[in-house]
Amino acid sequence: MTKQRKAVALISGGLDSLLAAKVMLEQGIHVEGINFYTGFCVEGHTHAIRKKDKVKPKRNNALWSAETLGIKLHIIDVIEEYKDVLINPKHGYGQNMNPCLDCKVFMVGKAKEWADENGFDFIITGEVIGQRPMSQRRETMPIISAESGADDRLLRPLCAQNLPETLPEREGWVNRDELFDFSGRTRKPQMALAEKFGFDDYAQPAGGCCFLTDKAYSVKLTDLWASRGNKEYEIDDIMLLKVGRHFRPKPHFKLIVAREEGENNFLQGYKKQFITLRTMSHKGPLTLLDGTASDDDLELAAKIVARFSQGRDAEEVDVEVSDKNGVAKNITIKPFLPDEINEAWRV
Amino acid sequence: MIELDARRLMCPMPVIKTQNIIKTLSPGDNVRVTCTDPGVMQDIPAWCRINGHIVLKTEEIDYEFILTIEVGSD
Repeated sequence: MTKQRKAVALISGGLDSLLAAKVMLEQGIHVEGINFYTGFCVEGHTHAIRKKDKVKPKRNNALWSAETLGIKLHIIDVIEEYKDVLINPKHGYGQNMNPCLDCKVFMVGKAKEWADENGFDFIITGEVIGQRPMSQRRETMPIISAESGADDRLLRPLCAQNLPETLPEREGWVNRDELFDFSGRTRKPQMALAEKFGFDDYAQPAGGCCFLTDKAYSVKLTDLWASRGNKEYEIDDIMLLKVGRHFRPKPHFKLIVAREEGENNFLQGYKKQFITLRTMSHKGPLTLLDGTASDDDLELAAKIVARFSQGRDAEEVDVEVSDKNGVAKNITIKPFLPDEINEAWRV
Repeated sequence: MIELDARRLMCPMPVIKTQNIIKTLSPGDNVRVTCTDPGVMQDIPAWCRINGHIVLKTEEIDYEFILTIEVGSD
């Protein structure tokens, strides 16, 4: 009796990984999905913060992919291990703070470890040669295979015919003739294959699946590191970079000003970790102050916060400043005019 | 009944915590997960469906989202 071969599929929630896993299922391979949570994943939590994003209930696309495929999905927390990938990327960053090649090496390596521990024969990804400028190029494919340790146990079903034979093909576990030769940035072959498989509700994220590819997010991360003098971070730090307007009026403190009710509610959870400011005489946003602030700094901060309140045109606005222990004091200020908020303060 | 406190965690962390505690349990065991991210009401049932566990009850009490899960046999 032929042994049932097993593959672990990296499932991001996007179309390519969905298709790669489906191609393997079609060849009778037992497939289970694996998804890594780095803390920077666009999937997941940000849609839970902003109220405007709650109109349409969001789904986790990795879970949706697994459910569509009828496979198990293992979600792995790699927040701590990922720090080294982000802080010291051997292959450098992409256009923003995205260490895509190191990230892919790391994830395939983790999948290989998981495969070894769980008795799986090989690893599959939805990579396509030429699809991404940094990590999915002809030159990077062997680097990922070698540096991850997966070597020829890494199969890319969507572009396998453009690459050397891998172990599953050589051993006849999968039929190379039924794999694909996709290449380049076009999405047409994937869309045609999706149609063939009857997938019509797949995710089409505009900016990829990682916040590190986002320019505005990367600027905030760089500012965080510069202000601290090192590249350390905790999960709360990277969460807060996704929320609110950020201003750094002085090198030693930054303001995070909620943009709407959902963000206000989210920032409430940080009142014991930060100095907070809130306008009392008028409706306005909750603001976190990250850093240290003198009385003059607090006045400056209050003027900025008041600018984003309903008292923006008032002569006077009362602002409550609370320390981490909840001890509060009120200060009365005149809100900044728009041109008094230095553009260079915006992060 | 095993209690799991996943309050103040944003998805997918409550899903990961649920997955990790279920790994240590036996089929038929029940676990009650308490969360504050409303996204769990979609994500944890989806994870349970694909991994063979049963959501017995979902509740929303004072802005907390509570799911009671029976560990499946697979």
